[in-house]
Amino acid sequence: MAHVAHAEAQAGHELSFWRKYIFSQDHKVIGIQYALTSMFMAVLGGLLAMFIRLQLGWPGQSWPLLGRLFPSGMPDGQMNQAFYLASVTMHGTIMIFFVLTTLLTGGFGNFLIPLMIGARDMAFPFLNMLSYWLYPPAIIILLASFFVSGGAAGGGWTAYPPLSALPGAAPGSGLGQTLWLISLALLILAFLFGSLNYITTILQLRARGLSMMRLPLTIWGLFVTAILSLLAFPVLLAAAIMLLFDRIGGTSFFVPAGLLIGSVPVDHRGGNPLLWQHLFWFLGHPEVYVLILPPMGMISDILANNARKPIFGYRFMVGSIVAIAFLSFLVWGHHMYTSGMAPVLGTAFMTTTLVIAVPSAIKTFNWLATLWRAKIRFTSAMLFALGFLSLFVTGGLTGIVLAQPPVDIYFQDTFFVVAHFHFVMASAAIFASFAGTYYWFPKMFGRMMNERLGKWHFWLTFVGIYATFFPMHYAGFMGMMRRIYSPQIYAHLQGLQPLNVFVSIAAFVLFAAQFIFLYNFFRSLFRGPQAERNPWRATTLEWEAPSPPPHLNWGETLPTVQRWAYDYSPPDMAEDFQPQAAPAAVPTGRSREGRGDGGHAR
Amino acid sequence: MAQRVLEQMKSLEATRTAGGNGPRAPAGNGGGSGWSREEAAPAATVRVGLWFLLTAVTMLFIAFTVAYAARRTAPDWAPIALPPILWVNTGLLGASSATLEWARRRGRRGDAAGVRGGLTVTTLFGAAFLVGQIAAWRELAAAGVFMATSPHSAFFHLLTAVHGLHLLGGLGALGYALRRTAAPAPAGPVLGGEDLTSAVLGSVAIYWHFLTVLWLYVFFIIWS
Ligand code: HEM
Ligand SMILES: [Cu+2]
Repeated sequence: MAHVAHAEAQAGHELSFWRKYIFSQDHKVIGIQYALTSMFMAVLGGLLAMFIRLQLGWPGQSWPLLGRLFPSGMPDGQMNQAFYLASVTMHGTIMIFFVLTTLLTGGFGNFLIPLMIGARDMAFPFLNMLSYWLYPPAIIILLASFFVSGGAAGGGWTAYPPLSALPGAAPGSGLGQTLWLISLALLILAFLFGSLNYITTILQLRARGLSMMRLPLTIWGLFVTAILSLLAFPVLLAAAIMLLFDRIGGTSFFVPAGLLIGSVPVDHRGGNPLLWQHLFWFLGHPEVYVLILPPMGMISDILANNARKPIFGYRFMVGSIVAIAFLSFLVWGHHMYTSGMAPVLGTAFMTTTLVIAVPSAIKTFNWLATLWRAKIRFTSAMLFALGFLSLFVTGGLTGIVLAQPPVDIYFQDTFFVVAHFHFVMASAAIFASFAGTYYWFPKMFGRMMNERLGKWHFWLTFVGIYATFFPMHYAGFMGMMRRIYSPQIYAHLQGLQPLNVFVSIAAFVLFAAQFIFLYNFFRSLFRGPQAERNPWRATTLEWEAPSPPPHLNWGETLPTVQRWAYDYSPPDMAEDFQPQAAPAAVPTGRSREGRGDGGHAR
Repeated sequence: MAQRVLEQMKSLEATRTAGGNGPRAPAGNGGGSGWSREEAAPAATVRVGLWFLLTAVTMLFIAFTVAYAARRTAPDWAPIALPPILWVNTGLLGASSATLEWARRRGRRGDAAGVRGGLTVTTLFGAAFLVGQIAAWRELAAAGVFMATSPHSAFFHLLTAVHGLHLLGGLGALGYALRRTAAPAPAGPVLGGEDLTSAVLGSVAIYWHFLTVLWLYVFFIIWS
């Protein structure tokens, strides 16, 4: 097999269509496959959010047209409870695992890692292909669950037992939940294969001269994320296997004694539902950082490029990525303050949680310092990067509020939490993905995206996000709980209805604005102006390769790296940037040797 | 799991065609064929990937252990009588690790027939272990102890099943090593002077010994 691949590689582009675009082992193709599939899932996940907002904005309203499209979920056009809960669950599941994780690591990670470190491909190309090809089956199984009896899982993306363990507990607890677990297990394998590859590739295949402390922060973010995934996802896999055993094998890992379903006693005893929560959040919290560390890295590179300044405090940026990753394993309890944990334990988790704010703040201040007195180039990518900063700070601040048990006991399971993580995680990660797409699209496809549409997209999305999620803080304040079909039946929440209508309309506008992006993306794919090799005048290695890079990325010789990734606006030079691989320039004035080895240059 | 290991082995195979460039050697330096993708996976790289794979598997079993420890404190915990055949199985697996080491030693002496013999015996011991594990399940079932009978038996079945799946992957890796080492002598050093046979065997051995140790661990916690 290797002989065949080798021969083909030598012969250039003689791979069959099938091996070139479908079962490809080329990291760029796999990255684009991951990205496009994630985009498709994002549209689905977004549609589900529209269903959620439809119900919360106009509860009990009949939508005859939709009724005809979804006869079982919306009989007579009225959404039923099971469909609402399935929408909430599947929205969360899809967005977190099937969109953001796959897009950031599978999409950007695959495309960028070999290019940015000057390698020809991943360390294990076959494993990489396998990783992608576990993803579509996982999707099919997940989506099939909408059509089985009882419908898709409805127990939330966190799948707490006993709701998720007992098939009779709720409509979605039937076959739908089993499929959910199987689908997730497949996807976890995909993530693990991917992570193994990313780690090994970054450790082993860096171009000559590219020491770890010369890596662009995008690569640092992806590298630490891969380690995080490798340590955290097996734990979720273990929990998922045990939950499947409980569901199918009749064991009692998580199901306690004495439960009744429809006044019939359940045949399980002695299990511990809190155990699931511990295992889940031991993964779950690192998982949220899986979704934010790659964006942090990407944003750093895009900010530096568009500010035409070196990133401020490179070593601190690397250190804070590592610190955040380490701490993220010690904070899972902050999702369980209301589970009756000992107050001492609560205080301990509060402390670790608040400590995480320190490296997060370091990063934020370093970004601001990078922007300080810069002549900023306001490209679409840059706008989204700046938007990321805003969203991350807004969401981070409410994190500090929630970290305190006495406060959180009130806020737990309200829309305040929904607002928190939609700012700090969901929106921030999406903004970084948009920034990354506008920035790397020319490299991926050899064409430029339309900047004017990009700016429209940015402003509508930015305003739309704040309009959608900011009022949710207030709803949470007033006690509106999340994951509830009809919160309006409570007298104290009825006054919130105008607010909910406003949020729903904002959400629809936000969703609609994304079609500007989709239009821009697909139009530029075919009609965009040809991209140069290095349209943003960037320093990092991927811009040394042609746009788009050929199979195996580089010509006869691999690039050799001379300096760190942030040599923007070096003094005494004609150009306002020095590519990492450019041969050492003859200094015209003072010597520039010292800048070669990392971040303490300034 | 099986595929993961197999793939790493496949990548290793690829190094043969690449003329054995070091992991970071820039292409183009290593002669005419030095620019193929295959150069990306020399033995050292496989080794790194392997260690991270083992890390992931370890995390999986740490999670099971935590669950086991937590579940044991519940009032309904009642230990089951474990079938004595487990001791035999343990012996088989231990023996398989020993024969694998023997095969490696033969390999270092350039004794190809010895390598093949050692690998074959290792594979047979490994397969016998799996058969023995299934026999243990059946023995329990005959005594009326099933997966859902008690939490202890649930964990017994869970842990042996997951360990067994990983071992199945290990058998695949052994089979691959058998095939690889049967091929004609490799072209040049792969891993810092190591030849292909010892590189393949070394990687397979890391995984296989890991599984042996993992079984000892599982056996220990499930017995105690
Ligand atoms: C300053 C740092 C942060 C602090 C102190 C913090 C604190 C918290 C706390 C205490 C909760 C639990 C709220 C509850 O359920 O009652 C929470 C929920 C959450 N946080 Fe954060 N957070 C921080 C940053 C982040 C980041 C960076 C992300 C993602 C990238 C994130 C994602 C989430 C998610 C997804 C949830 C909700 C999970 C769910 O229940 O569905 N947080 N956060
Ligand atoms: Cu958390």
